[in-house]
Amino acid sequence: MRILFELFFVFAKIGLFTIGGGYAMIPLITQEITSRNWLTLEGVIDIIAISEMTPGPFAVNSATFIGVQQMGLVGGAFATMGVIVPSFVIVVMVAKYFTKFKDHPVVQAVLSGLRPAVIGLIASSTFLIGKNAFAPEITGTWLQSINWRAVVIFILGLVGIIKLKIHPALMIIISAALGILFFSIF
Amino acid sequence: MNRTLLKKALKLFTVFFRIGAFTFGGGFAMIPYIENEIVEKNHWIESDEILDIFAVVQSVPGVIAVNSSTFVGYRVAGLLGAFAATIGVVLPSYIIIAVIALLLYNFKDYPYVAEAFYGIQAGVTALMVHVVIKLGKKGAKNLFGLGLAAASFLALTVFGAPAIMILLVSGVLGLIAMNIRRIKKNNEERS
Repeated sequence: MRILFELFFVFAKIGLFTIGGGYAMIPLITQEITSRNWLTLEGVIDIIAISEMTPGPFAVNSATFIGVQQMGLVGGAFATMGVIVPSFVIVVMVAKYFTKFKDHPVVQAVLSGLRPAVIGLIASSTFLIGKNAFAPEITGTWLQSINWRAVVIFILGLVGIIKLKIHPALMIIISAALGILFFSIF
Repeated sequence: MNRTLLKKALKLFTVFFRIGAFTFGGGFAMIPYIENEIVEKNHWIESDEILDIFAVVQSVPGVIAVNSSTFVGYRVAGLLGAFAATIGVVLPSYIIIAVIALLLYNFKDYPYVAEAFYGIQAGVTALMVHVVIKLGKKGAKNLFGLGLAAASFLALTVFGAPAIMILLVSGVLGLIAMNIRRIKKNNEERS
């Protein structure tokens, strides 16, 4: 029983100290779970790899993984709830006030600066994912490092979504299938 | 309890369950789905509002993908909606990771997993390029917006500035820009 609460509170702490998301919190997670011997450093690296290859955020995935390993499905549920509950409360409060003050001229002015900035942030994350897909490692010249199979899938994907308007989820399934096809054949 | 609210919450749950199951590559990668399901199909929120939500969510503690689901859920159907969207978005990864932890620890070494993953990454890039163009047309219309978007992109990509700092500065710039516009307008009216 005690370990269930420990799982909840450790991951609540991790959730609360994560601002801006991404990989910034990997050091914090690593420290919290290796110091408790919940996982070795190799284990953490495994979870990072698994998180990249499965849907869902790293913080949630590591909570589920460690919780399940420690105390089965119930442990997984406690740890996962730990990540979610504190920010759920905060976001609901923020959303409530945001809805109230959204049309205030000052809020609108601030938002007029925030909207383009968020587009920049999304573009940045697009760039990083694209770089990882097209040229994961730079070896030799730029041109040599480009993974042309990924570029072909990317172009097919763009055509699919703009011209054929296929659903994003279907797109992911098709991309995965093309990945298996291209990378095993060529 | 209101029947339509309950229906909306159920719908939110299934929509966010799908989003949770197919979002590879971090919080922003879910925006194409939100555009598709929440804005275009169900007209629950406006396209511009996605940017507002992601701006706010970046500035509070927690996981972006989860927080933005909570926020969208709240906007659509209040507390019940927030709850439905949050559980919906987390459940798929809970199931997948639980299966991996219990049964397939060597998941990443299975044949075809790596190949499928390469394909998915390329596909996600296409989805995101599309959404950046789409949102860019609405959210970065004038020179101020375009410049700010480009500056934020560079600040994060090249200089690795923390996202929250970028947002803070941009918010202040938005305020300054509004005041400049107001002063200009007042001067024109006076002359």
